[in-house]
Amino acid sequence: MAKIEVQALHKSFGDFVAVKDSNFTVEDGEFFCLLGPSGCGKTTTLRMIAGLELPTSGSILLAGDDVTLRRASARDIAFVFQLFALYPHMNVRRNIAFPLVSMGVRRAEVNTRVEEAARILRITELLDRPVSGLSGGDRQRVALGRAIVRRPKAFLMDEPLGALDAELRQAMTEELHDLHDRIGATTVYVTHDQIEAMSLGDKIAVMNQGVVEQIGAPQEIYDLPATMFVADFVGSPPMNFIRFEGRLKPHDRSVKVGAVSVAIPEIRQEGSAESLVLGVRPECVSFLDSAPFRGRVFGTEYLGTTQIVTVDIEQGQIKARLPSLLPVRAGETVGLAFKPDSLMVFDRETGRAIRSALHQGERHG
Amino acid sequence: MAEIALSHVSKQFGAVEAVRDLSLSIASGEFVVLLGPTGAGKTTTLRLIAGLERPDQGGISIDGRDVTREPPAARDVAFVFQQYSLYPHLTVYDNLAFPLRSPLRKLPETEIRRQVQEVADLLRISGKLGNRATRLSGGEMQRVAIGRALVRRPSIYLMDEPLSSLDAKLRAELRLEIKRIQLDLGATILYVTHDQIEAMTMASRIGVIREGGLVQYGTPREIYESPNDLYVAARLGSPRINLIPANLLRTASTPKGAETVGVRTEHLAIGKPNGSGLVGRVHRVEHLGDQNHVHIEYRGQALVTLADPHRPVLAGEEVGLSLIDPLYFDATGRRLRLAAE
Repeated sequence: MAKIEVQALHKSFGDFVAVKDSNFTVEDGEFFCLLGPSGCGKTTTLRMIAGLELPTSGSILLAGDDVTLRRASARDIAFVFQLFALYPHMNVRRNIAFPLVSMGVRRAEVNTRVEEAARILRITELLDRPVSGLSGGDRQRVALGRAIVRRPKAFLMDEPLGALDAELRQAMTEELHDLHDRIGATTVYVTHDQIEAMSLGDKIAVMNQGVVEQIGAPQEIYDLPATMFVADFVGSPPMNFIRFEGRLKPHDRSVKVGAVSVAIPEIRQEGSAESLVLGVRPECVSFLDSAPFRGRVFGTEYLGTTQIVTVDIEQGQIKARLPSLLPVRAGETVGLAFKPDSLMVFDRETGRAIRSALHQGERHG
Repeated sequence: MAEIALSHVSKQFGAVEAVRDLSLSIASGEFVVLLGPTGAGKTTTLRLIAGLERPDQGGISIDGRDVTREPPAARDVAFVFQQYSLYPHLTVYDNLAFPLRSPLRKLPETEIRRQVQEVADLLRISGKLGNRATRLSGGEMQRVAIGRALVRRPSIYLMDEPLSSLDAKLRAELRLEIKRIQLDLGATILYVTHDQIEAMTMASRIGVIREGGLVQYGTPREIYESPNDLYVAARLGSPRINLIPANLLRTASTPKGAETVGVRTEHLAIGKPNGSGLVGRVHRVEHLGDQNHVHIEYRGQALVTLADPHRPVLAGEEVGLSLIDPLYFDATGRRLRLAAE
């Protein structure tokens, strides 16, 4: 297994810049997620690491070796795609063995390694079955088996669960996690599904329009999004944004949204812009009759333990995650209070977060 | 708007029983969601109501009128499919106007314009009326497809996984939108999905379908809090309900005949281990932002519970477990209700 270093990586297709000056390191044994919407450059980044695409500039190091210009087959990396491209005329055993057979590995060795991969994936009893009759989950396990047998330096996965339905995805996410625990392989995993990234990744890089907006552990990305894009993309429902005007200076502990004063974590940054945005996670919103933010309930969505309540206030639409036992009716007027020690402030122009006590790890209650 | 009643409907395709003795009634203005996995018979049920299939047995009535033998056109239903089937060469306006320009309707163009505009406003696509249908995002295309069903003002809307080809963000947005439109119009909707979140958030009542039959029919809260059997209990809730063999937990309150105990993730409380209670070991902590999923091993069983993300729980730690409102199931998977319930 090996460390992957991506340095000043750049890729354009004609006038279109797919990946812009990308820098990150995937540590040995780490599960690293590239997360972003379609077209953000995450798959292109992965394809460059695999050697399926040549960068316009920049370099890629695998276990310290510069492999930027090396052919895919010479990189010792295994790629798992969204669509499990299995050979329909071969059984499971021959599908898994295929990469080894085509590399000219001796038959005895092939057998040992196929059995081992099957054991890791718990599909030993399927080895002699044709692939045509397999369920979606089993097909994906076979595809993973084909990657595992090669004992590569790293695994690259491009939305491997994208084609599965929700139920199976959840089970397979769990399985991938256990698999990673067992073999500890360096993995780069591309997904547009933030829940998948949060539950699988040791680290997540959030990409937008070819740029890596933030790299961090899942909780860090959620609690301290570096940009409005990250705050909006990670979390379901996403962070609420409330626009306001007012210049902030260090030690400020409140902001003025219109006539309303809102307590925030202490500001630690000099000279903010004038046009700002207050960021509030839905679980940090509560109902309070005496609260100054008032609005009409637009709709409620029951989720079992919790419900999402959408409220139209003067500043826009706010979503609150509340206990489902709380009776709420569409059309009623409510007051909204925000939990002060988790609020973020963003510069509306650049979209970047303004540093506060939150960034220095000060959190209360 | 109209009510729908299915009585003992069955439909077979060769040896496959797609729908099995299905009885279901949907009141006027209700939003009913049929929830089930692929192949459960949900789509066939919709097609039977639409008249695209004819039942082998049983009857279907709309607004008290038996329509079992009537052709689709006579049923006044609108169908929205998973794949937005728009006319690519037409503008959004013309796509929406298409059903109104049917020779049977003979509507003047001014009236068509008024109705299209009204639906476009409702769906918030008024700004795109002049665009070619192919120049739209996925979400916009699906809105136009729904709009095309709306302009016809049918008595019933049948929707077959209309959101499943959209990304998560858009799905969440359109979920709320469809529900708002349904309330505004007082429309009767029968909606089919395999996505439990869609079912829970939109439905006035959910019908859980399994292998062609209706397993439980009730409000989202009834289905979630009081499932009839193991299948329904496991079908709703994310993460999935914890199912534990009863012999691992046998306590005084376990009813006779209980084989499986179900505990929702939010009903499995963790605390300091105390001498007499259940003790598990934390296997892994998953950070999902607004909450943590704590994976626990208890006597060989993998359990999941929810925890506040800022409460420190570490892998390897021993924790005391307590069950709140557990559900009991017998050997056949049927729910055992306690005397008090």
